[in-house]
Amino acid sequence: MTATGSKTDSATTTRRPPPWPIRFYQSDVGKKYVMAITGIVGIGFIIFHMLGNLHTFEGTHQINEYAEGLRDIGEPIAPRTFLVWIGRIGLLASLVLHVHAAFSLTIANQKARGTVGYDEKRNYLAANYASRTMIWSGVIVLLFLAFHLADLTIGVKAVNPDFTRGEVYDNLIASLERWPVFLIYVIAQGALALHIWHGAWSLFQSVGINNPRFNHWRRNFATGLASILAIGYLTVPFGIMFGIIH
Amino acid sequence: MTITLDSKVPSGDIADMWDNHRFNIRLVNPSNKRKYKIIVVGTGLAGASAAATLAELGYEVEAFTYHDTTRRAHSIAAQGGINAAKNYPNDGDSIHRLFYDTVKGGDYRSREANVYRLAQVSNEIIDQATAQGVPFARDYGGLLDNRSFGGAQVSRTFYARGQTGQQLLLGAYQALARQVGLGNVKLHVRSEMLEVVMKDGHAAGIVTRDLTNGTISSHSAHAVVLATGGYSNVYYLSTNAMACNVTAAWRAHRKGALMANPCYTQIHPTCIPASDEFQSKLTLMSESLRNDGRIWVSKTADDARAANDIPEAERDYYLERIYPSFGNLAPRDVSSRAAMRMIEQEKGVGPLHNGVYLDFAESINRLGKDTIEARYGNLFEMYERITDENPYQVPMRIYPAPHYTMGGLWVDYNLMTNLPGLYAIGEANFSDHGANRLGASALMQGLADGYFVLPYTIGDYLADYLNTEPVPTSDPVFTEVEQAVADRTRKFLATKGTRSVDWFHRELGKIMLSNCGMARSASGLEKALSEIPALKDEFEKDVRVLGESDDMNQALENAGRVADFFELAEVMCRDALDRKESAGGHFRVEHQTDEGEAQRDDVNYSHVSAWEWKGPGQAAVKHKEPLEFKYVKLAQRSYK
Amino acid sequence: MDVKLRVWRQGGAFGAGSFKEYSAAGISPEASFLEMLDIVNEELTAAGEEPIVFDHDCREGICGTCGLMINGQPHGPQQGTATCQLHMRKFSDGETIVIEPWRAAAFPVIKDLVVDRSAFDRIVEVGGFISVATGAAPDANLIPVPRDAAEASMDAAACIGCGACVAACPNSAGQLFTAAKHGHLSLLPQGQPERLQRAQAMVDVMEKFFGSCTNHAECETACPKGISIDYIAQLNKDYVKSQVANRNLAGQK
Repeated sequence: MTATGSKTDSATTTRRPPPWPIRFYQSDVGKKYVMAITGIVGIGFIIFHMLGNLHTFEGTHQINEYAEGLRDIGEPIAPRTFLVWIGRIGLLASLVLHVHAAFSLTIANQKARGTVGYDEKRNYLAANYASRTMIWSGVIVLLFLAFHLADLTIGVKAVNPDFTRGEVYDNLIASLERWPVFLIYVIAQGALALHIWHGAWSLFQSVGINNPRFNHWRRNFATGLASILAIGYLTVPFGIMFGIIH
Repeated sequence: MTITLDSKVPSGDIADMWDNHRFNIRLVNPSNKRKYKIIVVGTGLAGASAAATLAELGYEVEAFTYHDTTRRAHSIAAQGGINAAKNYPNDGDSIHRLFYDTVKGGDYRSREANVYRLAQVSNEIIDQATAQGVPFARDYGGLLDNRSFGGAQVSRTFYARGQTGQQLLLGAYQALARQVGLGNVKLHVRSEMLEVVMKDGHAAGIVTRDLTNGTISSHSAHAVVLATGGYSNVYYLSTNAMACNVTAAWRAHRKGALMANPCYTQIHPTCIPASDEFQSKLTLMSESLRNDGRIWVSKTADDARAANDIPEAERDYYLERIYPSFGNLAPRDVSSRAAMRMIEQEKGVGPLHNGVYLDFAESINRLGKDTIEARYGNLFEMYERITDENPYQVPMRIYPAPHYTMGGLWVDYNLMTNLPGLYAIGEANFSDHGANRLGASALMQGLADGYFVLPYTIGDYLADYLNTEPVPTSDPVFTEVEQAVADRTRKFLATKGTRSVDWFHRELGKIMLSNCGMARSASGLEKALSEIPALKDEFEKDVRVLGESDDMNQALENAGRVADFFELAEVMCRDALDRKESAGGHFRVEHQTDEGEAQRDDVNYSHVSAWEWKGPGQAAVKHKEPLEFKYVKLAQRSYK
Repeated sequence: MDVKLRVWRQGGAFGAGSFKEYSAAGISPEASFLEMLDIVNEELTAAGEEPIVFDHDCREGICGTCGLMINGQPHGPQQGTATCQLHMRKFSDGETIVIEPWRAAAFPVIKDLVVDRSAFDRIVEVGGFISVATGAAPDANLIPVPRDAAEASMDAAACIGCGACVAACPNSAGQLFTAAKHGHLSLLPQGQPERLQRAQAMVDVMEKFFGSCTNHAECETACPKGISIDYIAQLNKDYVKSQVANRNLAGQK
């Protein structure tokens, strides 16, 4: 008797190995590592974005100026909008890697489960709703991201007919005053919070940051971060809905 | 054929024998080793360590196990530890003391030269295991820790929590896995050896059955090593794993290998008693519990009261009463027999009246619950998991259970059976333990045989066969045996009787336990010798095995094993009847001191009884290997 | 007590596999779960139906041979317990118990409830060892091992290779098994020379068979020996190191 059921055919691996970053990324552990690092980049951006949003409470002028100011970062050393574009490219690259790794791992894991599953409903003890729905919360966030860019960054007319470039405050109110859009934002924030609640804990495991003395802080950190971000983000749509921002 | 039992014990002083022997026996040149093929059957401690070491030396090795992987063998269940004469605690241990303790513990029925060699290589085992990454217990300075164990006055037992067997087996398993990965060992899992193949009086190979699909196939080699463990499962209920069996050794016996001292079996005093008829196995509780637990039964027979309702004055702490100086720490065989006598007097406790109490109340009062928990917490937890009783509140119930078999295939100093080219190592051979094995010595012997003895001694036999090919498996000697194996398998399926294999196994176990267990009498043994063949006949006529032979079929696997147990049981009883003395695990009620202790007869029975198979239904014939004791003085054991 | 069983039967007369219902009547609550199956098998044999095939051996929770998915939980409802040490008193009278084999592509079913777990051995064969030929070892006390390190190594070495971690994992990942072996050897000084090579070799083979770890931690609760997912983090870290570290410096602290 010998082992069967290998996921990949090992006979094809006789070629010269690819350079190490590619080889590393080809492994599942490598992909998880990349997801953790790109996740950290994403979380960094999300924190930054959340803090920026709070300028809305200061009023029209402040938020518009802040938004415009982002384009000026790095002046006069770098040309205007240069660093913003660098950031955007970096974020986009992280996003692409994160999503690619997520989907290829999901497909591989599906295969690893085999064709016949358990009949009895699984009685999970440790795996929680967030961890088991990462792919779905991820997809929701991804779809939301597309909507959000069309709505308030690019200003696609079909999505936000009242969009005016540079008028961040007015655009925001115009969009979020609509009930369906408000709901989209709330649902997306919920998904994001769930995603971060698992992700911000999980990334420690994936990169191997582990010390029994501090391990219980990892879960607290993730819970704290997810709550702060969710609350921070939801203040704006709720602020608009309740007329605090107008 | 005429059988001469040549033990091949080297001459000279016992301390130099092994060195001289290694110098004198023939070697195989490193570049020639790859020309030899060796089959190792069984991959427990002895088998895995032997297969790995032989492959490291350069031999071509094929290893066989009926498990799904080599890490499952029952060596894994050994709890206590492994002895070695390292003398790290500086308490006066030495190779000679370990040798002396082992011979004495074996009640002077083992071969001195073998035991001395065992003590000599014991230290190398610890070095080897540590280097392999066995996580032995350590003190705060990072050095190895030792504990004391029964039958010794020094601390020489190395341990890894209560899982020493597991860790040592994993060490050997990993060494073997490395050789499998390197391509030096061809491993066959879920393959059961069903026959030894002989050609011109030499072992030529084996025939196996693939347990997943029933394929019967032949494998040939220059030498065959059996590392197939002991036969305690002949009692049905034992501490052995469910699949442990005698088939490999028994099939070799039927081909002419002698079975030595089959009546030497060890009963372990602290096991959890059976709870019902369908109990499938007994679980051992570490002997260390007797350090703080007091053993007692009620003074009145058939006492139906709960343990805690029996007042102090009505309890009989019988071990403390009979053996005041050793008390609850009396040796395994002595305390097992005492428990048996209590149950015979209808003083057994528990729902089935089949146990005695092991009470920690006094220790908990004296030392506090925390201390007891620190010492035995995991054992108490295991006990509670199995019995649902909390041993902190009610006394544990324990009873002796068959545990280890000192008897086995007869081997010479080279570990070769009387059949040239057929070796037996570990518990499968009649071993170095004489009539009784000391705690923490089984792991030592298995690894000594596998790592340090067999890999050297096998060269002496192989040297003669340089540049010869193993007998091809197309040879009629193989095809005939294959046919016989297939016929036997089919016969079990064709019987289509009414009773399951397990039913017969349970019945056999009852006969053996009551007549050839802890205490044996001539009348009981004679009764067993008439009952066993009758049960065997019934088995052949009435066993029911369903399913197919070309499929995974556990009942069919078992049928073959139980059939062999019947034949083994007979020779065990015959040996027990023949040995008219009490020694170690073999206690004949006719031969006891006035105080009820085992009484040896050194004049008439200072020998190894090696039994020769004469055919089905025929009485086995006994051959003697006399035992000489030049370095240890014979004495009566006393534990008063 | 009486219980109903829904048992997966496959192979032999049952072909590609389906659930069969059996009833077990008059079972003692003191019986172990496997003894209950023994009794059902005795009754099946008497009734002329082939007994249920399931893997088991030591029946004291150490060999790792047994492993059944019982009511959607690997090794059943009692934590820290292998199937063989589970007792019927953990179930209620009249309950229906669903018994399935481990499910994973790497663990194909051989028959009924028996699966082939040899993928685990393939992982160990490429790196789950310390390369020391018999006879080459120095004195055991030459290299002191800090007690905490020896204990942590032992915690990982307690793995019995039953496969519950894979069975429990929503991704059928083999990470906990691999990490336990890696942790056992790599926490000891004796395991340092091959540490990075071991991590890389074992992970690479593991990934040929198993899914990836996405940190559900379900394996940890299913493990009858309670092995911590901390070892997975350590394995991940060493795997990353194995890709970037300069192994010429492996002899340095």
